[in-house]
Amino acid sequence: MTPKRRRLSIVLIGLAMLGTAAALVLTAFEDNLVFFFSPTDLAEKDVGADRRIRIGGMVEDGSWKKYEEGLRSEFVVTDFQNAVKVVYRGSLPDLFREGQGVVAEGKFNGTVFTASEVLAKHDENYMPREVADALKKSGRWKEGEEAK
Amino acid sequence: MNWFHWLANPARFMRFAARLQPWIMALGLLTGAAGFYFALFASPADYQQGETVRIMYVHVPSAWMAMFIYVVMAAAAGSFLIWKHPLADVAAQAAAPVGAGFTLMALITGSLWGQPMWGTWWVWDARLTSVLILFFLYLGYIALVNAFDDPERGSKAGAILLLVGVVNIPIIKFSVDWWNTLHQPASVARMDGPSIDPSMLLPLLLMAAAFKLYFLYLLIVRMRGELMARRIRLLHLSDVS
Repeated sequence: MTPKRRRLSIVLIGLAMLGTAAALVLTAFEDNLVFFFSPTDLAEKDVGADRRIRIGGMVEDGSWKKYEEGLRSEFVVTDFQNAVKVVYRGSLPDLFREGQGVVAEGKFNGTVFTASEVLAKHDENYMPREVADALKKSGRWKEGEEAK
Repeated sequence: MNWFHWLANPARFMRFAARLQPWIMALGLLTGAAGFYFALFASPADYQQGETVRIMYVHVPSAWMAMFIYVVMAAAAGSFLIWKHPLADVAAQAAAPVGAGFTLMALITGSLWGQPMWGTWWVWDARLTSVLILFFLYLGYIALVNAFDDPERGSKAGAILLLVGVVNIPIIKFSVDWWNTLHQPASVARMDGPSIDPSMLLPLLLMAAAFKLYFLYLLIVRMRGELMARRIRLLHLSDVS
């Protein structure tokens, strides 16, 4: 084996070992790496009423209710399998809409999620308004989402 | 591969790069001007984000460059460690501050977009955190390379750091698919085609091309500078002895 080949194999073996180690660590810490839980996670896992957590999902259509001139709001976050009712006091971000992604931070008492902060989650679709309107009109709006 | 070896000779590289330089600059200015025109004037506002979408035309190409430059540097580090190409080390060191700059730009523009859109400047989700780590890797590399009295040892230590840090690149890329993140998943490099309207994809790709050419231009300038500096250092050494 020439020195070059030896160095090449050292680098390759080193990278392979490093990659494996990283993969193992990331799998082990999976639960700590997620930024938010889905309503299904919440239904399946016992998170505890005192722990501050984040939940994420879609704001269910027709579920957004505003009280006290928009200072207090209620909405349902869904992942299309399970849903959680969220109550929140404060102003909502610009992108907050029904049918859009949302991440809320707060506490879950088993039935209602009391949020102290609400962030809008933007999806990966970029298009001009005319295209969005045309898609909605032709009934092809978000047809990919339903398949999931 | 033969062509590659031919170019690995520093003197030949400098002559070749000097001839290429004005062309890269002209092409870069052209795509950059076209990119800015389309990004700022000749593209529509987004149906959700409004005019804020224009931040994307700087943010996304910067983030692509941040990862691209790191991969280039890691490849250079590998060939420096294995085949001892001195030019590879020069390239990695010349690219580092440029990569750090692009990473910082991606972080800052992302933060400026996040405030109005998400409602926060920063969150510790997997995508944002892994990009911040990339920024620290760049800074760490620059510091490490210059931390030794013997530049050869600095180059070697730096090259090893670059190779170790390369695990972060797939983590950045796939963080949005592997874990729940606030950051949205990829819009352009996806299995089922881009989820971005062609009228917005055009300025994005033009800007990406301009950024790439800008990097290439800076890389050549910095590599020529570094090669010259090394030659001066050698001349000084031979004067002393």
